[in-house]
Amino acid sequence: MFTTTSFASILPEILILTIGLLVLICEPFWKGEQKHNAGWLTAGGLLLAMIVSLLFGRPGQPTETLGGMIRFDGLGFFLKMLFMFAAAATALLLMDHDKAGKRGEAYLLLLASLIGMNLMSSSADLVMLYLSIETASIPLYILSGFLVDDDRSTEAGFKYFLYGTLASTIMLYGFSLLFGFTGSTDLYAIAAALTSGAISPLLAFGVAGLVTVGLGFKVSIVPFHFWAPDVYEGAPTPVAGFLSTASKAAGFAVILRLFFVVFPAFSASWTMLFAILAAVSMTVGNLLALPQTNIKRLLAYSSISHAGYAMIGVVAFNQLGAASVVFYLAAYIATNLLAFGLVMAFSRIAGLEDIRDYAGLSRRNPLMGLMMLSAFLSLAGMPPFGGFVAKVFVFAAGIQANYVWLVVVGIINSIIGVYYYLNVLKFVYLYRLPGEDEDSHPIPLTRPYKIALVALVLGVIALGTVFAPFYNWSDIGALNLF
Amino acid sequence: MAFPILSVITFLPFAAGIFILMLPANRKNEARATALAAAVIDLLLSAWVYIQYLTQNMTGYQFIEKYSWIDIFPLKVALHFGVDGISAPLVLLTGIVMFTGVLISWGDDDPHVMAGIQDRPREFFAFLFLLAGGVFGVFVSLDLFMLFFFYEIAVFPMYLLIAIWGWVKTREYAAMKLTLYLFIGSVVALVGALAMYWAQYQNTGVLSFDMLEMENAGFSNAFQIAWFLPVFLGFAVLGGIWPFHNWSPDGHVAAPTAVSMFHAGVLMKLGAFAALRVGIMLLPEGAKYWSWLIMGFAGVAVVYGAYIAYVQTDLKYMIGFSSVSHMGLVVLGVSTLNETGLLGAGVQMVSHGVMTALFFAVTGMIYDRSHTRMIPELGGMAKIMPFAAIGFIIGGLVSMGMPGFSGFVAEFPIFMGVWKEQWLVAVVSSISIIITAAYIMINIRKVFFAPLPEKLEGHVGDITVLDKVAIATLCLCMVAIGLFPSIMVPMVESGVRYVMNLLGGA
Repeated sequence: MFTTTSFASILPEILILTIGLLVLICEPFWKGEQKHNAGWLTAGGLLLAMIVSLLFGRPGQPTETLGGMIRFDGLGFFLKMLFMFAAAATALLLMDHDKAGKRGEAYLLLLASLIGMNLMSSSADLVMLYLSIETASIPLYILSGFLVDDDRSTEAGFKYFLYGTLASTIMLYGFSLLFGFTGSTDLYAIAAALTSGAISPLLAFGVAGLVTVGLGFKVSIVPFHFWAPDVYEGAPTPVAGFLSTASKAAGFAVILRLFFVVFPAFSASWTMLFAILAAVSMTVGNLLALPQTNIKRLLAYSSISHAGYAMIGVVAFNQLGAASVVFYLAAYIATNLLAFGLVMAFSRIAGLEDIRDYAGLSRRNPLMGLMMLSAFLSLAGMPPFGGFVAKVFVFAAGIQANYVWLVVVGIINSIIGVYYYLNVLKFVYLYRLPGEDEDSHPIPLTRPYKIALVALVLGVIALGTVFAPFYNWSDIGALNLF
Repeated sequence: MAFPILSVITFLPFAAGIFILMLPANRKNEARATALAAAVIDLLLSAWVYIQYLTQNMTGYQFIEKYSWIDIFPLKVALHFGVDGISAPLVLLTGIVMFTGVLISWGDDDPHVMAGIQDRPREFFAFLFLLAGGVFGVFVSLDLFMLFFFYEIAVFPMYLLIAIWGWVKTREYAAMKLTLYLFIGSVVALVGALAMYWAQYQNTGVLSFDMLEMENAGFSNAFQIAWFLPVFLGFAVLGGIWPFHNWSPDGHVAAPTAVSMFHAGVLMKLGAFAALRVGIMLLPEGAKYWSWLIMGFAGVAVVYGAYIAYVQTDLKYMIGFSSVSHMGLVVLGVSTLNETGLLGAGVQMVSHGVMTALFFAVTGMIYDRSHTRMIPELGGMAKIMPFAAIGFIIGGLVSMGMPGFSGFVAEFPIFMGVWKEQWLVAVVSSISIIITAAYIMINIRKVFFAPLPEKLEGHVGDITVLDKVAIATLCLCMVAIGLFPSIMVPMVESGVRYVMNLLGGA
C-alpha cells in the first residue's frame, strides 16, 4: 500500500511535522529573548520544506493514495505551497509579538493547523476531510485565545470555538447524510452515485446547503460571518492574518473540490445559491467596512467581501472560474497577510489600532507607507498589484458563465471598496501627527518583519505583473477538478 | 530585432520612479535630477518616434512589439505595443508634458516663494512617473487587457498626488471624487471589454484581447448597440464628457501645478483616446447608432463649459471649465464619425493638451508667488513676469482658435465635420468660440495688465529659468503646429483613415 507516490503525496505534511517536533525539542534550550528563534526555525524550515516538496513531491497525473484518503493532484499541491508560504510569513510576524512570540507552543499550534489545511486541500474522503478540517480549526481556536490575560483575546478564542463547533457539526450532519444516501465516504464514489440519479435533486440540494454552512463559516461569507470581526480584533494580529488568509483559502479549497467534484449534477441549483451568497457577502462586507474605525475590524469586513469576490469564480463553474478562484486566493493571501503584518508591525511600536492612529505613518517610516500603499491598493484591485489581475479573472469567469448581474454587483462593490481603502491611505500619507514631529516618533522594523513584509510585497507585485506562471499553476490545479 | 523603443518609453518612467523611491529621503536634488534625466530621455525617444513616423510617411500601426504575456486557455494576453497616426502625437505630447512638468515642479526653494514641490519630492516624482508610465502604456497598447492595466495605473497615483501635494482646502474631497469617478468609469468599461472578449470567442473562436483581432470579431449589431454606451462613456468619463465632467474642475483646482498639467494635458486625452480606440473602433455599429447622443452631450459640454468658465473668479476653475469645453470639442469631433471631424479631434487632443498644460503652468507660477488665484485680487503680472504673460497670451490665442496657432488647425475641421452631420449643433457650439474669446481676453487684461494691487507689491518676484524653458517649449509646439500644420495633420489623417475603414469607409 505504502508506495513512493503515497509518500510523495504527504511529503509536505511529514516535513511540517518534523519542523514541529524540532520546535518542541529546541524550545526548552532557549532562554528568554532567544525563544523567538522558534520563529526562525519555523519559517526557515517551511521554506526548506517547500523547496524539498517542489523537488521531490510534485504530482503527476491525479492519483488517489493511502487507501483513497488523499487525492494527489495539482490543485492540492499549489494550495499547499500557498499555505506553507502563508504560515512561514505568519511565523516571522509572530516572532516579535510581545506575548505570543516567545512561546514555542504558538509555532507548534501554527504548524499543526497548517497540516490540517494541507490535508483539507487534498482530502478525497469525507472522513479524512472532516478530520483535516478539525485539525486545522482546533489549533486556531487556541491561538485566537492565546493571550490569556487579555479579555478580548479570550473572548475571540471562545467565540471562534463556539461558532466553529456549531458550524462544523452542521456540516458533519451533511456529511453523514451524504454517506447515508450513497453508501460511500469516497468523494469520487459519492459523485458517481449522485450523478447516476440515486437521490432526488431536492435532497442533494439540502445536503449541499448543510455542507455550505460549515464551509461558509470557514471562508466567512455572509450570513456565517458574525465571528470574523470580533475574532480578528481580539486574536493576536499575526494569527488574525493567518485566519483571514490561509484558513479562508483552505475553506475555498474544500468548496472547490466538494462542489465541483461531488455536486456537478446539481450545479444549476447550488450555483444560484452561491451567487446569492456571493452578492450578499460582497455588499454586506463592504457596507459594514465603511463605518469602521479599528483597522483590524475594517480588514475583517473587507475579508468578508473578498470571500464574496472569490465566490464569483465558484459560481461561474467553469475552468476559468476554478482557476481564477485559486489565483484569487494566492493574491489575497499575499495581500491580506501583508496588511495584517503591517498592522502588527505598527501596533507593536505605537500600541494603537485605530485608523486615525496611522496619521503620519508615511513620514514616520516611508517604507512602511509604501507597503501600506501596495497592500491597500491591491485589496482595492488596482494594478500593478495582484488584486487587480485576480479581480479581472473572476469577473471574466463570471461574464463567461453569463452571470453579468453578479459581476455588476461585484463592480459596484469594488467601487465602495476603493473608497474605504483610500481612506486608510489618506491617513497614512496625508494626515500628520499632532505636533507634526514625526521624526521623533519613528516606527522601526525589526529584521523578521522586514524579511516577511518585503517578501509579501514582492509577492503581491509579482502576482500583479508576471502573473502567467501563477495562473498556469492555478489552471493546472483547476483542470484536476474536471 | 529592432530596438524596442515603445517599451522603453513606457517602462522607463516606472524604472525611474522605483529608482527615485530608493534614494535616501533627504537627497531632494538627486531625486529631481533623476526625474529630469528620465523625462528628457523619454521626450527625446517619443520625439524620435514621432519624427520617424512623420518623415517616412508611415501609415497604420508602426514600431510594433509583441510579447506573449499569458497564453493559457481561456486567457490570452500579449504585451502588444504600436503607434498609429493618432497615438504617435499623443505619445509625444505626454513626453512634452512630462518634461515640462518636471521643470515646473523643481521650483524655487526660497522660503518666501516655495514654488514647485518642496515637501517630499522623492515620493512626488515617483508617483508622477508611475502616472506617466501608465499614460504612455495606454497610448501604445494594442491589447485591451494591457490597456486597462495601464489605464488603472494612470488613475490611482492621481489620488495620492492630489491628496498629498494639492491645495489644502479641497484636496481630500477633490481627490476622492476624482478617483471614484474615474474608477467607476473604468470598471464599467472593463465589463464591456470582458463581454467583448467572450463574444469574440463565440463568434470566431479566437481568444484574444488583441484589439487588432477584435476589430474583425464580427460583433452583432445588437451586441454593439448594447455595449457601446457603457464602454464609450466609461472611458469618456476621464475625457470629462458632460454630464460626467464634475470631477474634473475640482480635480484641476486641487491638484499641484505639475499634476494639473498632466491631468488636463494628457489624462483627459487618455479618456478620449480610449473611448475612440475601444468604443468607436471596436464597436463601430454601436457608435453609429448612438452618435447623436454623444454629439448632444459634447455639444452641451462645449457651450456649457465655456459659459461656466466665463463666470469663474478663480483662475484655476476658469481653466478647468475651459478644459471641459475644449475636451467637449474633441468628443464632438469624434462623434461626427466623419473624416474631417475625427481629424480635428485628433489635432485638438494635442493642441489642447499643450495649451492647458501651459495655462496651468503659468497659473501655478502666479499662485506660488502671489498666493492667490482669485482673478479680482490679481493684476500687473505682465510687468513682474513678462515671460509668463507672453506664454499665457499665446495659450489664450490658441484657446480662441486664432489662425496661426494650433487651436485653429484643430477647431476648424471639427466644426466643418459637425456641419456635415448636423448643422444646428455646429451653429450652437460655435457660440463657445465667442464666449471663450471673451473670458480669455477679460482675464488676460485683469491678471496681466491691470494695475498691480497694493497687497502684492514688493514681494512678488519673477519666474525661474526652468519655468521659462518649460513655457518656451510649450509655446513653440503650439506655434509650430499653427504655422506648419503639415508637421502633424498628414499623420493624424493617416490614423483617421484607418478609423474610417473600420466605420465602413463612410
